[in-house]
Amino acid sequence: MKVSFPIMGNSYVAFKQLVEQIGHEPVVPPLPSSRTMTLGTTYSPEFACIPFKILMGTYLEAIEKGAELIISSGGHGPCRAGYYGEVHQRIINELGYKTKVIIFDSVNMAFKDFFKKLHYILRTGKTSWWQFIKVYRTVWDKLLALDEIELLAHQVRPYEVEKGKTSEVYRRCLAIMDQARTRTQIKEAKEACFRLLQNISQDKSRKPLKIGIVGEIYVQIEPFANLDIQATLGEMGVFTKRGIHLSEWWMETTHQSHNEEKAVAAARPYLNQMIGGHGILSVGETILYARRGFDGVIQLAPFSCIPEIVAKSILTQVSRDYGIPVLTIFLDEQTGREGLRTRLEAFVDLLQQRRQKRLGGAVS
Amino acid sequence: MKAYLGVDVGSVSTKLVVMDENDEVLESLYLRTQGQPVKIVQDGLRTLGEKLGQYVEIAGTGVTGSARNLAAVLVGADAVKNEITAHAVAVSKLVPGAQTILEIGGQDSKIIIMRDGIVTDFAMNTVCAAGTGSFLDHQADRLKIPIEQFGELALRSKNPVRIAGRCAVFAESDMIHKQQLGHAAEDIIAGLCEALVRNYLNNVGKGKDILPPVVFQGGVAANTGIKAAFEKALNMELIVPQYFSVMGAVGCCLLAKEAVRGKQTKFKGWQAAEYKFQPTSFECKGCPNLCEVIQIYENGVLIARWGDRCGKWSNAVVKVG
Repeated sequence: MKVSFPIMGNSYVAFKQLVEQIGHEPVVPPLPSSRTMTLGTTYSPEFACIPFKILMGTYLEAIEKGAELIISSGGHGPCRAGYYGEVHQRIINELGYKTKVIIFDSVNMAFKDFFKKLHYILRTGKTSWWQFIKVYRTVWDKLLALDEIELLAHQVRPYEVEKGKTSEVYRRCLAIMDQARTRTQIKEAKEACFRLLQNISQDKSRKPLKIGIVGEIYVQIEPFANLDIQATLGEMGVFTKRGIHLSEWWMETTHQSHNEEKAVAAARPYLNQMIGGHGILSVGETILYARRGFDGVIQLAPFSCIPEIVAKSILTQVSRDYGIPVLTIFLDEQTGREGLRTRLEAFVDLLQQRRQKRLGGAVS
Repeated sequence: MKAYLGVDVGSVSTKLVVMDENDEVLESLYLRTQGQPVKIVQDGLRTLGEKLGQYVEIAGTGVTGSARNLAAVLVGADAVKNEITAHAVAVSKLVPGAQTILEIGGQDSKIIIMRDGIVTDFAMNTVCAAGTGSFLDHQADRLKIPIEQFGELALRSKNPVRIAGRCAVFAESDMIHKQQLGHAAEDIIAGLCEALVRNYLNNVGKGKDILPPVVFQGGVAANTGIKAAFEKALNMELIVPQYFSVMGAVGCCLLAKEAVRGKQTKFKGWQAAEYKFQPTSFECKGCPNLCEVIQIYENGVLIARWGDRCGKWSNAVVKVG
């Protein structure tokens, strides 16, 4: 079967291998572009959020490339993302395509359903559970490696001497990782990529500002959705750390790590219940960043996203209590790169002034 | 005499200011951009050049506004800054001690919170273009009232009509509705001012500590009706600085002065007004980003490119200056 999946940051490199090794033909959709956006907004309900629209466009482009099955993940809690898969499916059907959309909801929430769907995909791909476990371990390695490479790239970028060099090397790294298949190859490829990134000439005398990024998962991870905010800030000489990477998210949902719990606990004095999406995490992570001495926090939110709107109003108070500036950016179809740049530059200026003042105060 | 040139090119208006060494404004221009930033900036340069060219020597230039990259190429800029910083810089010089800046221009509106002379928080209208200035212009035109008299008329109203101000589109249709019910023009205009202020405070100003002294600037600050509506809603007095409509450009002069300290200016000279600038653009097909690359020719020579994410094009030509 021709199987496709959404593009979300660098994860497609790993998903491609996963689909291939469980016996299906992977259809990698084109990286989101203005065309994806046009398709997505044409066939989506107007008030759906930007992740929905980009996914819609991606699915339609995947269908053009022949996808018969699209695998995606659902949301949990009272967030619209929970039924987006269903809406996508109906729109696809109404347009006259037979392509099926399978939504994997969180393992915790729907254990039986999760395995039923997984079983269907394995059966149609003629892959046994035993084989799947082997594939899973390899692909997991790959996903982890991809995230580690991305993290390193974000670390190097604020120090790069030649502007844009890191992004260029990072793109090359993705191509290298795409070639690696076995666990040994993945390990070697990762090391090669690390070397490439570390060899970028860096000016270590810089003292980059540190900005934490919080917000809804899709707009955090997919650079097309957030107008490549991390690279843009990195090239302004700012170090950024975002709240979530896909491998981390999977570790959390499968209880292999407990960072979310820490954020939820930190948020408790301000918000003590799940409000869906990543709202509570936006609050909690902001507090954690403040405690870790970050200079500022940027909240990324799809326009009209209720969990993030709730978080935004709470963040005003958090910002005051913890003395950490927070900039909220609502992303939508018409969000312009230039407008975003203006806000980012102003935010960086603000943080720089604050830092100088703080240091000045410490000296006198 | 040494002087500094500040240029602020926005979507609706273009502002040019020349300031001397003592931070005194020598000359200021407020022009309509009319969708032709290149022509308008050159017109501005020509006017200033004729007036001041013989007396002053430009020692530094600064640019800001949504077209700051373009403006930087046109005049040869020493400092290129975002509008928020430029406005804050101007206010801290002209209105020392100000704690809040309300800024409403043609398309953008923003709020800047300052404490002890540094910016501590700011917000700008995000998804909606708001366009309060343009909207008021449009309504004045529709009501056949010169925009200059718009504010005075609003002040005459004894009982303003309540107008739905969630968004300009709704406000307009509600306004037409109220007109057809037979309300007096001044009551409608006053109601409109209140609606826009309510909208601003609810969207841009939400959650911000608006502490006095409050400075009100941008083109809309000329509108006494809006100023009165703000004062009523906030229950405090607003300061409208003398150069309220060109504050961004004033800030640029100050930033330019800072930027050229011990350096030679990149200013192209007043004669840049006569250069032939030609902007063109193309879509780069190098990767899925499909960046729109802008390139500028000066007298037939390619001098700058920008807009590409990866630097493939912008690094390919010698940078200006």
